[in-house]
Parts: sequence; C-alpha cells; structure tokens
Amino acid sequence: MNVLEVRGLTKSFGGLVAVNDVSFDLGQGEFLALIGPNGAGKTTCFNMVNGYLRPDRGAVRLNGEDLIGVRPRDIVRKGVGRTFQITRTFLSMTVIENIQMALISHHGRMFDMLSRATRLYRDEAEALLRLVSMADQAERACSELAYGDLKRLELAVALAPDPTLLLMDEPTAGMAPSERVALMELTAKIVADRGVSVLFTEHDMDVVFAHAHRILVLNRGGLIAEGTGEDIRGNALVQEVYLGGGTSFGQAEADHA
Amino acid sequence: MGFYVAQLLTGLANASSLFLIACGLSIIFGVTRIVNFAHGSFYMVGAYLAYSIVALFPGSILGFWGGVIAAALIVGLLGLVVEMTILRRIYRAPELFQLVATFGVVLIIQDMAQAIWGAEDKLGPRAPGLSSAVRIMGEPIPEYDLALILIGPAVLAGIWLLFHRTRWGVLVRAATQDREMVGALGVNQAWLFSATFVLGAALAGLGGAIQIPRESVNLQMDLSVIGDAFVVVVIGGMGSVSGAFVAAVLISVLNAFAVLVYPQISIVLPFVVMAVVLIVRPYGLFGKEGSGHGAPTEPEQPLRLMSSRATLVLMALVFALAASPLVASDFASILLVDLMVATLFAVSLHFMMGLGGMVSFGHAAYFGVGAYGAAMAVSYLGLPMIPAMIVGPLAAAVAALFFGWFCVRLSGVYLAMLTLAAAQILWGVTFQSQEYTGGDDGIVGIWPASWATSDQAYFYVAFALCIGGIWFLRRVAHSPFGYGLRGVRDSDVRAEAIGMDVKFHQWMGFALAGTMAGLAGVVFAFSKGSVFPDVLGIGQSVDGLVMVLLGGIHALAGPILGAGVFVLIEDWVSRLDYWRFIFGMIILGVVLLAPDGVAGGVDRLMRALGLRREGQT
Amino acid sequence: MKPMRRKILGALAALPMLGMIPAAAQAQEKIVIGEINSYTALPAFTEPYKKGWTLAMEEINAAGGVNGAMLEIISRDDTGDPSTAIRIAEEMISRDEAVMLFGGFLSNIGLALADFAKQKQVFFLASEPLSDALVWSKGNRYTYRLRPSTHMQAAMLAEQAAKLDKKKWATVAPNYAYGKDAVAAFKSELTKLQPDVEWVAEQWPPLFKIDAGSTVRALERSKPDAIYNVTFGGDLAKFVRQGSLRFLFEDRPVVSLLSGEPEYLDPLGDEAPEGWIVTGYPSMDIDTPEHEEFGAAYMERWGEAPKTGSIVGYNSVLSIKAALEKAGSTDTEAMLAAMEGLEVPSSPTGPFYYRAADHQATMGAYVGTTALVDGKPKMVDWFYADGANYLPSEEEAAKMRPAE
Repeated sequence: MNVLEVRGLTKSFGGLVAVNDVSFDLGQGEFLALIGPNGAGKTTCFNMVNGYLRPDRGAVRLNGEDLIGVRPRDIVRKGVGRTFQITRTFLSMTVIENIQMALISHHGRMFDMLSRATRLYRDEAEALLRLVSMADQAERACSELAYGDLKRLELAVALAPDPTLLLMDEPTAGMAPSERVALMELTAKIVADRGVSVLFTEHDMDVVFAHAHRILVLNRGGLIAEGTGEDIRGNALVQEVYLGGGTSFGQAEADHA
Repeated sequence: MGFYVAQLLTGLANASSLFLIACGLSIIFGVTRIVNFAHGSFYMVGAYLAYSIVALFPGSILGFWGGVIAAALIVGLLGLVVEMTILRRIYRAPELFQLVATFGVVLIIQDMAQAIWGAEDKLGPRAPGLSSAVRIMGEPIPEYDLALILIGPAVLAGIWLLFHRTRWGVLVRAATQDREMVGALGVNQAWLFSATFVLGAALAGLGGAIQIPRESVNLQMDLSVIGDAFVVVVIGGMGSVSGAFVAAVLISVLNAFAVLVYPQISIVLPFVVMAVVLIVRPYGLFGKEGSGHGAPTEPEQPLRLMSSRATLVLMALVFALAASPLVASDFASILLVDLMVATLFAVSLHFMMGLGGMVSFGHAAYFGVGAYGAAMAVSYLGLPMIPAMIVGPLAAAVAALFFGWFCVRLSGVYLAMLTLAAAQILWGVTFQSQEYTGGDDGIVGIWPASWATSDQAYFYVAFALCIGGIWFLRRVAHSPFGYGLRGVRDSDVRAEAIGMDVKFHQWMGFALAGTMAGLAGVVFAFSKGSVFPDVLGIGQSVDGLVMVLLGGIHALAGPILGAGVFVLIEDWVSRLDYWRFIFGMIILGVVLLAPDGVAGGVDRLMRALGLRREGQT
Repeated sequence: MKPMRRKILGALAALPMLGMIPAAAQAQEKIVIGEINSYTALPAFTEPYKKGWTLAMEEINAAGGVNGAMLEIISRDDTGDPSTAIRIAEEMISRDEAVMLFGGFLSNIGLALADFAKQKQVFFLASEPLSDALVWSKGNRYTYRLRPSTHMQAAMLAEQAAKLDKKKWATVAPNYAYGKDAVAAFKSELTKLQPDVEWVAEQWPPLFKIDAGSTVRALERSKPDAIYNVTFGGDLAKFVRQGSLRFLFEDRPVVSLLSGEPEYLDPLGDEAPEGWIVTGYPSMDIDTPEHEEFGAAYMERWGEAPKTGSIVGYNSVLSIKAALEKAGSTDTEAMLAAMEGLEVPSSPTGPFYYRAADHQATMGAYVGTTALVDGKPKMVDWFYADGANYLPSEEEAAKMRPAE
C-alpha cells in the first residue's frame, strides 16, 4: 500500500495556476524527489501536502486517510515529519533539548508544568543524536552550531516522533558540496534502516540522481515527467524545460546555486 | 447642518494637532524600532519653549510663527543630544531595551521643565492675526482651528516630499521596510538614525509649540499626550505617516461626534478604536509586516539548572528573607512586602515577555483585576481574606483568558499595543463604573484577616504567596510548558512542525502570566488596604516593563534583580528633592553601563573580576 | 547565573538593615508629625501648600513650640499614587514615630490615608482633599478634614446661582469622582432653592485631556441659560479659550467651582473670563488683621502672595497646634478627643471649628466674581462664606456616616 497518495492537486493564486492537476504515489520506504525549475510549483505542492496550504482541488491521502483540511500540527501527529529549506530550530536551547522538545510534543506532555523538561526522554533523544552522529554535541547551544550540523539536527528532530513519512524541503540548500553528499548519504541510510518514506525537493541534481529512487519533474505547475534517474536523464522534455537544450544538468545546478 | 459641519471642523482641527504629535513617533519607530516614551516630553518642551520665545515678540505674527519653528528646531537639537549620548550606545541591546532609556529621559525632563518654567500653568498668547472666530454656516469657528486644519495636511505633504523626493527620504522609507537591506547598501546607519530621531523630535516639538494658542502649557502635557499618540501610530500602522494622519482624523472626528451622544466616552474611545482596528487589521490601517525589531542581538543562551552549591546559597537567602521580620523593623517588613509584590509582578511579566516573547504594555490589567477581584469579593460578597485571595487570581485568569485570546493572534509591538488597549479599556471601565468599583475613589477597607493584621504576620502571608508564585513560575520555566513557550518564541514554524498548537500554547502562557500577576495584585491589595484604578493604569504597566528590561530580559534572574533595583532605588530617591531627575539619571547610568540589563551587567562584572569562568551561564 | 542570584538575594537579605537604623538621638523634646502630599504630581497646588505649612511651623517653633516641644514635620512626596502614600504612612508611623499624619490633595489618596488611619488607629488630618466621602459615607473616627468640601463649595455657588434665576442649566466637569460629586451636589442644592430648574446638558471630558472645542460646541447646542463649570487647571484654560472664541459665554452667566483660587485664576492672565461667579481666595485683598499679618509674613518669607494651598497648609498646622495644646499630649486618643469640636479661634481666614458629628472643619471659602483689574485676573465683590452655613446639620451629617 502506498504511504502517500496525491490526486489531482490544483492550486491557483489570483489568476496564476501554481499547481495544476498533480498526482503521484509514494510507496513504503521510497525516496522520492520532486524537482523542477524555479517557480515550477514545488514549494506550493509541498505546502499542500504538509497542510500549510489548502488546495483548490484534489486529494492528499496518508495511509489512506484524507489530509485535506487537516491542520499542519495534526498532520505531524499523524506521522509526517518535516525539515525546512532554511533551518528552523529553537536557538535558545541546546542540541539535545531541541530533540527532547519534539519528543515531549510527540508524547503529548507539552502542558506539563512541573517536570524538568531537560530530564524527559533523554535516552531516546541521545539515541536520535547518535543516529545523526551528533552525540558529542548534545550539550552545545544550538545557536553555536555550524549550518551543516543544524541540518543534521533538524533531521533528528524530524525523526523524533518516528514518522512514516518525511517531507524535506531542499535538504541540502546552503551547504557545502561535500556536506551535501554526507547528509544525503545519512538520510538514505536512515530511510533504509527505519523504513521511512521520503518526499524531498532538491536543486542539486547530483544529490537527486545519487539517492532518489524515483523522480518527479514539475514545470509550470504540471507534472511533466516521472521515473528513475535514468528515465529522467533521457527525457527530452525535461532537458528542454531545464536547459532550453544543450547544457548538462551539472551546469543547470550551478546556475541555481 | 451647520452645526455638524462645525463639529466636523472642530474634529479636524484636533486631528491636525494629534497628527503632528504622532507622525514623529511613527517615523522614529519605523526606522529605529524605538518605542519612544520620551516623545510626550519632547512635545511638552516644544510647548514651553514656544511659550518663552513667543513671549519675546508680543503681538508679532512673525514672532509667533518664528517662535513656533524655533521651538521645534531646538527640540530637534534636544533629540540629537538624546540620540547621540544615550540611544546610539544601546541600539544593539535586546529588543525594546531603549524603552527604559526613554523612560529615564521622561523623568529627567519632567524635573528640568519644572525647575526651568516653574510649577504654575503657563497660558501663551493667541496666535496674532488668528485670534478670533469666523462664522461658517452661522457657526463660530476659531480662525486658529482653520489654520490647524491646513497645517496638518501641509506637514503631511512636506514629509511626503521629503520621503519621496530626497535620497535621505528614500533611505528612511527603505529602512522602515527592511533595515538589514539599508545596512547592506552601505548607508551610514548611525547617521540615518540620528537624522530620523532629530526629525521625529522636531515634529513632536512642533506639535507642542503649535498648541500654545489652544491650551495652557503645563507639566502634565507629556504623559497626557503620549497614550493617544501611541494609539494613533498603531491604528495608522507603525512607520506609516499617512496612516497616522488617517488615524488622527478618525479618532478626533469620532470623538467630536461621540461626545454629543455619550459624553463619558472620551476616556476609552481611542483605545476601543485601536483594539477594533488591531483585531480586524493586525498591522494597523496602513501598516505592513515589518522586518522584525531592533538590530540583531546575541541569541539567548540555554537555561541551566543551578548547581547544588548555588541552590544551597539560594535556599539560605530565602531563609534569611523568611527570618527577617524577627530581626528587622516593621517598616522593613512592609517594604519587603512591596518588594516581593513587585518581584512577582515582574517575574510574571517576564514569563510572557522573556520566555514567551509576548511583550505586554498592559500587564497591569491582570495585576489590577486580581486586586479588584479580591477587593470586591471582600466588599460585596463579604468574603474573608483567604477566599478573597482565591477569587482575585481567578478573576485575573478569566480576564487574561478573554483578552489573551485576541492578543496572541498578533505579535511584536502590535501584540504589545493590543495588551495596552485591553488594559486601558479595563481601566476606563473601572474608572467609570462608580457604582461597582467606586470609580477613582476606589475600594477601601480591604485589610488582612485579624490573625494577619500585624506587619510580621502579613509579611508571612505575602512571603508564602509571592515567593511561592515566583518559585512556581521558575519551575514552569524549566518544565515542558515553559520550554514550549520559549520554543514558540524562537521559531513558531518549528514549534508547529513538531506538532505544537502554537496559539493555544501562547494563550495558556498569557493566561498563566496574567493569573500570577493577579496573585501579586491580591497581595498588594491587602497590604495597602485599598485599591484604586491606578493599579490597572499605564504607570503600573510601565513600572513592570522597566523592571523586566532593566533587570535583563534574557535571564531568569533578570526580573528579580530589576524589581529589587527599581523598588529600592525608588524608595530611596523619592525622599529627595528633584528625585525624578536623580532616578532618571540612575536609570540612564544603568542602561549605559549594562546594555543587557542588570543581570547582564552583573554577569560581565563577575567575568571581569575573574569570579566566573568564560562560557558558564 | 548563580553568582547573580547570590547577589540579588544578598541585597535582599541586607535590606532589613535599612529598617533598623535607629532614629536620630533625641536631642531636644520634639513632636514628629508626618506630612504626605503629591508634590511631584501636582506641584502647582502643593508647592504653595508646603510653603504655607512651613511658615506656620516656623512661626510656632519660633514662639516656643507646642506644649514645650518643637514641631518637626517630615514631609514626603506620594508621587500621586495611593499605594505609595500608604507605604510612606507606614514608614512615618513605624519608623519615624510620627504622632499623627496630615496632608493629601487627591481625593483617592485622602481616602486611602483615611482608611489607613482607621486600620492603624492613627490620627489623620486631611488638609486638601475635597471628597465628601472622606467625612460622610466613608468617614471614620480617626480622620478629620480641614478644607471646605466639594459639597460645601457647590452649595455656596448654588446659593448665588439661584439668585440668577436662570431656568436651563448645563454642566461641565472632569470625568472622575470630584467632578461627579461637584455636579451632583450643585444640582441637588440648586434644585432645593429653585425647584423649576432644568438640566439641559452635561459634559464629562477626561481629566486634563479635555477636547475643549467639541465640549464647548456640545454645550452650546443645548442652548442653556447658564453654565456650571467644574473643570480646572489646564482643562479650564482650554475651556475658557474655546468657550470665548466660540461665544459660549455671551449673555450666559457661568458659575464655576474653585476658579477664583489663584492657582487656577492667575495662569489665565488677561484671558480670564469676567463676571464668572466663583469660589476661591482673593489672597492679598483680604484685609482682616489676621490675614494681613499672615499675608505680610508669607510675602516676607517666600517673596510671593499666598495662594489657596498656602492658606490650607497654614491652617492645617494651626489646627494641629490647637489640637495638641487641647489634648496636652501626643496620645492618639487624647488628640481625637481634643479634635471633637476643636475651635481654632484665630486664623487668617477667621475662626473655625471641627464638627464633632462629621469631623468637618467649618473653615469657609470666598465667593465672588471674576474680573480683570489692570489686566490681571482678580476676584471682586467677594465675601467670606462661613463653611458652617453650608453644611447639613450635625444630626443629618452623622446619619450619613457609617456606624462604627
């Protein structure tokens, strides 16, 4: 059974159709990339899946359950974790506290006024930190972390509620190339180990082709191609859209960076 | 018909006065993000200066208008002095910290104005050539009112030209939209800020100077105008000059007609209008979501639990406090009760402001509702002290739940302004409902139960409630709920993404802070034996703000230090002549020496003396 | 954070020491009296008042004091805040060992201090607060009041207003307790004297924030035959200016509470309205020997003419002296007993006494008409209205007080 089913998703802003009749499925344990040039509708699409935007038409189903109209925080509670293009962390807290917060929220203890927050779910939080290889940084203030570490921290936070689906918006944006590879390898490993399904958008085509099981290509709001890396590389329409012909994906990426 | 036209013209003349005061405030806020409490003081000084200068040229038209403009220019210079000597040094301090400095300036100017111009009201001359009235549709309209109706839009047009036709104006507008961008363009920010502050101050001075043909110049002018000026700025949209104009017209014209129908309305009308506007349009009529607040500041450090040694020391000190009535005089016990009340009030405000990131300019509302709740429970329900002490915080909780529901929908200064509106509306209702609340005659005879009448006994009641309350709020600060509030403050997007109900969490935080402020109010009411509307007033709210900011908003100990410093210094200096001047100077001294508040200052002092290792918090 | 906490709590612990500083050694027999007023909040009214009581204290001490002891008045600023006033009162009683308290200008502070006096069983002489409640609905056995109350002054004006024989009246008063009391008292007194009177409009501008233009126009619209004004200070100046600009006062008599007091009248300068019937204080024009002596001494000491506050401050200390002499001690009960019916036989404003039934002094006020003399505002055609004539009988007054 598919973890995520998207059917006929459509959204327009004013007269502009941002996403037009997009449908796709995401299977259990699948690593699915959503790519497209700037303004193709990736973020709009993403935000309809995670509940921040309400589509004009269409359906989003998580494990068969309709998500349209469900608030973002409730979608989270149904097992959808997410990371952000620009990291969003609690800067006044330590690394481990950020994860503990996610765990506290997941366990429904956010309104506990008497326990010490720092003593709750510590073991679980440490385990998650080990997962992203940050155990040695547990007590550091989040505001002191390098950007790459923040990205890894966000990944751990997203994994805290043990989600079935992970939505990652530009997971490697703003990172140095070597770090990108490391982060995506880590993500791929976790996906494989934990059986999480991932939908991600990405600019870096190396990352996409190296890790995605399947790729969706969006242009002007519509889905123009779908398939494996090989399929997409060879797709003339995609090349046309991305490059106006002639150049390689590597150069396209350089333009975007 | 003629009557209504005349009433409209009266409203428009008032609108011009109000606009002149408010537009400078709006410009200053737009560019520097300073909530300038001293704006009313600039206005007052402008009026006094104009009074003195115009008196040199009796009956001369040129002398009058020259005097008005000279007064505005001198106030501009005063603004330059304030900006360069004080504000410029603290632009990088935590958000809103500059407010404390401007509060110090208010105090200093109050005493200086009294020393220079004396206590008696001064009635300036009427404007030469505009000293009588003309009849329009049979109704007498003062000529000066007509002049004002022209001056307001003329100043608006002047500012518009300045902002659209000069490079400086373009920069000011850009800075209002996005400060970082202007910095990135390589513009000298210090210069831009100074120039903006001077312009704003000069406009305030002009607003005051131009009032002298209409009203007597007096020492209450500063505070009587500042509330309305803020309201106009907020309704118009902070930073929007044309918004300020529309808001001034809206309020003044509404008031001109409202007094015909319901003469008592003036007292709350501006705040009701502000509340409605903020609920419908969260950034005011012409406002846009700004690019955040002050300059980027150092991120807050994580909270740490105390070491066991520190806990022991703390416990020892609390025991010392508990034992103090056994050795100290009665009056020391009384002063300590005041101190504990102020501290609980400040800690509750810090809870929502520091931890929750919800700045309140009207926290006194809940302090006051607590005090009134207890007082009314005693005087109407005949409840004894202890049950009344339960009613008070419950009443505060209900009020905080009600107003908080609206407030948490906003953020930043707009949230702060809605809390102010809520407090002012509550104050107005309390003030007005003489049958129930005693109006400004208050409720008297709210003394402790017979077993607690002695100063020592009541000290222990206050000790139990206030120290208990402070302990509880600290405990909550370390709990998931408190962490959740900080999380929402740090990043509401992240909070939502981990499944938190952001608004509900903030709402509950608001309510808890209000409830604890209500508890402080209850202890206060029984210690003074009476409650008056002042407990809900702007003064009480500002005291709380100053305590929290002075103490240092980024430390849990901040409000405790701030309240201690504030209450003890005030108690000491208010024995002296010109104490406001001295108090203001002390505040400025603290602000300049410790731009991160007393807590931050103490922290740096300890490091400088080698008493604390680097990095330890 | 730890050392920080230590620091603050250290300060807290040291605090009680403040309270333990022993009172200065008693060099000479003296009687300490606590005085509280709104010196910074309302300097225009409290500065002359302070000069008044200072002069009286100096005169008394120069003449050998009271009961062989010197009067020492410790004075503090309540900052206009009732709770601060209470804290200061506590300090004066418990630390400075003041035998009694006096002062107050704002009614709410007067009421707060009166209630404090009752709770702590201390004698309090309210000098300036005008609130009727202070001696009537919220009166208590520890509190007396010197200055003629709102009701008394309103009654004095109502008597003159009745003589105008105007039917339709409009009122304007600041929107707070004093304004409301003043309007209510005037209405009830005038209605008694002139039952056919009609009240056609009332305006309630917020204190010190009057929108004078709109208020004047709202009054004008009701076309009253006469106007009763209670606004004062900055509000009065605005009201007078807008009113005269807009011809509100043309052919329309105005009766105005307190407006003849120099504190309010002098700032109006040559724009002071003429012909208003007011209560007030004609200061140096009063030619009784007692007042001439006081006026000269005051001029000598302060270099200016006395104002209403000066006379209130001066008479307060005269009253305290009389009470101490009659009581023969500083014991509260003795002083309270002395206050019952206490006579102050000679004061600049003439003799007065404290009524036993409601603790109100019979000190009166001056009623007259405003005029410009040589471009300066003055009260003319004035007379002294003895407060005793404008008070309800002692039996009636006693009924208005709560049972004790």
